[in-house]
Amino acid sequence: MKKFLSYAFLCLVALIMIYPLIWLVFSSFKPNSEIFGSIRLLPQKWQTDSYTLGWRGTGQNSFGRFLLNTLELVVPTAAFTTISSCLVGYGFARFTFPLKKLLMILMISTLMLPNTVLVIPRFILFNRLGWNDTYYPFIIPAMFACTPFFIYMMIQFFRGIPRDLDDAAKIDGCNSFKTLIYVLLPILKPAMFSAFLFQFIWTWNDFFNVLIYISSVSKYPVSLALRMSLDSASAVNWSTVLAMSLVSMIPCILVYMLGQKYLIDGMATQGIKG
Amino acid sequence: MQNNNWKKWKRKYTGMFYLTPWIIGFLAFQLYPLVMSFLYSFTDFTMLNDYKFVGLQNYIKIFTNDRLFLKSMKATFMYVAIALPLKMIISLFIAGLLNQKLKGISIFKVVYYLPSIFGGSVAITILWRFIFMKTGLLNTLIGALFSGYKAFDWIGSPKTSLPVISLLQVWQFGSSMVLFLAGLKQVPDSLYEAADIDGANAVQKYFRITLPMLSPIILFNLVMQMIQLFQDFTAAFVITGGGALKETYLYGLMLYENGFRYFKMGYASAQSWVLFVIIILFTFAIFRLSDGLVHYED
Repeated sequence: MKKFLSYAFLCLVALIMIYPLIWLVFSSFKPNSEIFGSIRLLPQKWQTDSYTLGWRGTGQNSFGRFLLNTLELVVPTAAFTTISSCLVGYGFARFTFPLKKLLMILMISTLMLPNTVLVIPRFILFNRLGWNDTYYPFIIPAMFACTPFFIYMMIQFFRGIPRDLDDAAKIDGCNSFKTLIYVLLPILKPAMFSAFLFQFIWTWNDFFNVLIYISSVSKYPVSLALRMSLDSASAVNWSTVLAMSLVSMIPCILVYMLGQKYLIDGMATQGIKG
Repeated sequence: MQNNNWKKWKRKYTGMFYLTPWIIGFLAFQLYPLVMSFLYSFTDFTMLNDYKFVGLQNYIKIFTNDRLFLKSMKATFMYVAIALPLKMIISLFIAGLLNQKLKGISIFKVVYYLPSIFGGSVAITILWRFIFMKTGLLNTLIGALFSGYKAFDWIGSPKTSLPVISLLQVWQFGSSMVLFLAGLKQVPDSLYEAADIDGANAVQKYFRITLPMLSPIILFNLVMQMIQLFQDFTAAFVITGGGALKETYLYGLMLYENGFRYFKMGYASAQSWVLFVIIILFTFAIFRLSDGLVHYED
């Protein structure tokens, strides 16, 4: 009986959680007139006009352009974040050196440093460097491990690998870098994968930073394109907006389906010990 | 001899070498901006003209002559006060349910986590706007259940606009839930077995074993979530535009408007420091209040 109640409750919550998303999927196939005022989930008449219309985008730029832009922004950012965080995590987890404790405390405290205090000087700095309206404000900080969350995550994963492996590699004549590349990285693959996926999804969804840095429409990522489609017409064409919202979510959904194990496990390491 | 010194030096600093990217990144993209924003907060920096130091003038203006600041403070506190406890309690509760040995748990985990992956994306805020707008899904559903229901404007009404955007945060409880679930898995079974022998009931076990064992994770998550909620931006920007009479004029939105729409960057810097201090105070308060409540296993 208790089991049954648990299941019933969990299913109910699951339904509430996921209903808006299911509804979004079906609504995107409804004509504009049918979206409003009907609680029917399935469209009476399936149509894909919203997709063809939405895909055409605005003026010179199709929605495909915006998707490609987003990839151009997101993939290097995620890749560099993974690599740099891995190196730094290795340094923290496996070596002793002067000031280690202080640097560790600094790193952990930047985890709590609110982004809002940094945004304005960063904007001014990047503007002076001529990086505004490019993807550098995202990619360059990623090269320098600027998201402490991932360093922390990597440290946790490194700690989970027995040191015996390092020692064995050392005896076999590997230096520390070779040990990292040939011995530790193969074991760390899931961790790196999860860091990549997280940063992929976060950068994909980021809105505030692209809003302040990217100004020309031809460089817009999907988030800005969506925002623009919501803005431009006084009467919003909801069916196209919904269809394109869904299209913009698909890469994240795919990434989630492919890597949900890594994502959930990666998230889970954050809370355990510190 | 020389060689020996080099070896010693190398052993000492190899770790530091791997830290180089972070050290550069920290100095250039975190410490430098932090110091600069503090300095800018005492200037009338606008990006357009030369700027000069104005002393405490920005701060004085914030606290004595900025009606929107007060409005925004109120909205932000309300937002955090609604979203934070709900999100924490729901994720704790659901994590507890999922920790039972039932079949198909992993499917629920995947479904509950799904909304979290969209975070503050524009797509999800558009969906939210569409659900709660006057001709939206929610009103259609209520209208179908209760005939004679007059469509209510959830987003356009000052009383409901803030709860609507707070609810988006609550909907995304998945990431906290996953953290708690991982924590629950770490609680040794022997503790529960011992409690069973002593004749403890389920409620006692929850409050005497589960919560204390989970408390460090709860504390960590509470602080991180709070910091993030204080700075939220997208939902207020896309769904309400700060509106229904500025009831959803969240702090992040105010900073954006002052800094990047009106380019009053000196003033916005001062405001960002006020928020920073508030966050620090709250973090300390949480740590202080949790003293004695949080149980560390060491």
